Amino acid sequence: MNTRFGPSRSAETPLVAGLPGAWTAIAVALALAIYPLIMSSMDEPFYISIGSRVLILALAASALNLALGYGGMISLGHAAFLGTGGYTVAILAKYDVLASWVAVPAAVLFAALAAFIIGAVSLRTRGVYFIMITLAFAQLFYYLAISLPEFGGDDGLPLSARSTIPGLSIDSDLAFYYFVLFTAGLAFVLLYRLVASRFGRALVAIRENERRMAAIGYPVYRLKLMAFTLSGGLAGLAGALLANLSLGVTPHTLTWHQSGLLMVMVIIGGSGYFWGGITGAAIFLLLEESISTHTEHWNLILGLLLLFIVMVAPNGVMSLRERMRARYGANDRATPKASTEKA
Amino acid sequence: MLYLILEQALNGLQYGLMLFLLAAGLTLVFGIMDLINLAHGSLYMIGAFLAAAFYQVFESFFPALLLAILSTALIGALLERVLYRRLQRMSHLSQVLATFALILIANETIKIIFGAQPLMIGMPASLSGPIELITDELYYPAYRMLIIGVGLVVALGLYLLVNRTRIGMWMRAGASNPDMAAVMGVRIKPLFTFVFALGAALCALAGALLGPLLAVSVGMGESILIPAFEVIVIGGIGSMRGALVGSLLVGMIDTLGRLLLTFGLKLVVDSSTAATLGPTLASMMVSLLMVGVLFFRPQGLFPARG
Repeated sequence: MNTRFGPSRSAETPLVAGLPGAWTAIAVALALAIYPLIMSSMDEPFYISIGSRVLILALAASALNLALGYGGMISLGHAAFLGTGGYTVAILAKYDVLASWVAVPAAVLFAALAAFIIGAVSLRTRGVYFIMITLAFAQLFYYLAISLPEFGGDDGLPLSARSTIPGLSIDSDLAFYYFVLFTAGLAFVLLYRLVASRFGRALVAIRENERRMAAIGYPVYRLKLMAFTLSGGLAGLAGALLANLSLGVTPHTLTWHQSGLLMVMVIIGGSGYFWGGITGAAIFLLLEESISTHTEHWNLILGLLLLFIVMVAPNGVMSLRERMRARYGANDRATPKASTEKA
Repeated sequence: MLYLILEQALNGLQYGLMLFLLAAGLTLVFGIMDLINLAHGSLYMIGAFLAAAFYQVFESFFPALLLAILSTALIGALLERVLYRRLQRMSHLSQVLATFALILIANETIKIIFGAQPLMIGMPASLSGPIELITDELYYPAYRMLIIGVGLVVALGLYLLVNRTRIGMWMRAGASNPDMAAVMGVRIKPLFTFVFALGAALCALAGALLGPLLAVSVGMGESILIPAFEVIVIGGIGSMRGALVGSLLVGMIDTLGRLLLTFGLKLVVDSSTAATLGPTLASMMVSLLMVGVLFFRPQGLFPARG
């Protein structure tokens, strides 16, 4: 497998940056599997639910990364898909549909459908207009959510119980963590297969030079729409898990502030790197958790940090390794930094 | 009913003109500097807070208004020199993120300085009463009439500035092709600073004028930012005429649409549902209008370029 998809530093795969080696992935998976056991042996159950939160937002950020980092589609409306997933689960639960094998796929499906419709319209525009139109669509979802009293209006919709799995209970924090790990793990494998496939490479190539790809004969619009739809569906999955974690959804999930935060996570980690969304979400949440216990002005620190990152290291944490490497010699590998140039 | 519609139309005009003050600055910055500035709403918030602070010092409305405008313009010019000038060379993604960061910083800084409680600006006493527009039938607050008047004067002033002065000519040249304008001898950098300060001043004007009507609170910038963006996309980025038409359109849809939709819905569903659904549908109609414009006429109703 190394010859085809191997680590991106191999000469044959110049465009797809930052794909993990198999060993890294296995090590990370193992560490994540052991993590809650350590925490429960240390009697720190709080950190288990934080772990679940990190995993879920890592999934959401990675979903956005597929569109933003790999596809170069600057969506400022991904909160809409997160919210669609969450609201699907909550609305189904309101009508006593709690089975996870119904609720979770339904959440993914509806979010993907929303992404398909929004993408089909938005992808006909480009540049700033794309940013604006995704933002406008997300606002539509927000207005819709706050206006329907049946679905909670301003207050949101509480979830009476977590989704059920026949023969299992995911009510405890520990069991829920493993449920999240399993679900998100599957999604990450899917994401890996996607970005390592021909499809993923075509997507990156479109990001780098859309006109050339169109001239070669790739169906540019269709590929981008496919990526956007998949990205929305995965964000919907994260939304479904998030609703289960916090036992409810609020319209706040749908605000453009939330879309912005997802984007911030991707950028902190490194857009267009496989680990970018995951690293970014982890760093973001850990910083938030540790700083907001000391000061209520976490947003000020986040703002300054973000400004620093954009001005100094716009390619995120995952690009640091390459920057180091670049110091030792010519590094002609195209990194995702191309997406920081003006379209 | 007719007078109610008339009154709401005036409210729509007033809201639209205030939106125009924001949208005018936003569209200039967008069009001339090719810069997406999410923090434009923060300048509006800063302007309103400065007006409230000066009002507490002087206990008089108009000096506070003037000082707020001047100091916000100064902040705008400073931001342009320190930050936006660098951002301008970066990608749209970086601009979105950096200005998002500015929103977070501005909101939190305001919270630290002024606290989380909303502030009030007192209305000038001479304008606190209503004026009679149609004998015995239609009264309209004098202060709102003042806002409409100021909005119209500023709109006219901007029109003259952009279309009749040398600076305006540079601005139009910069909006249609900044590189070519620079090559032809327009000193584009001071122009950018001027445009940015002008945009900030307009923000402060809107924020201070609306202060007595709304509570001056943290986060007020974000709630008006989205409509302002919708306005400039509908009108065409970089176009002053587009910003004016778009603002009035959005203002009217939002207020009149709210009234008429609620009224119409009452015929179909019960009145409490209609009361919640009407305003939402009106807000959604603005977003839908923007989506429609982007879909059928991506360059906006009055494109500035080409």
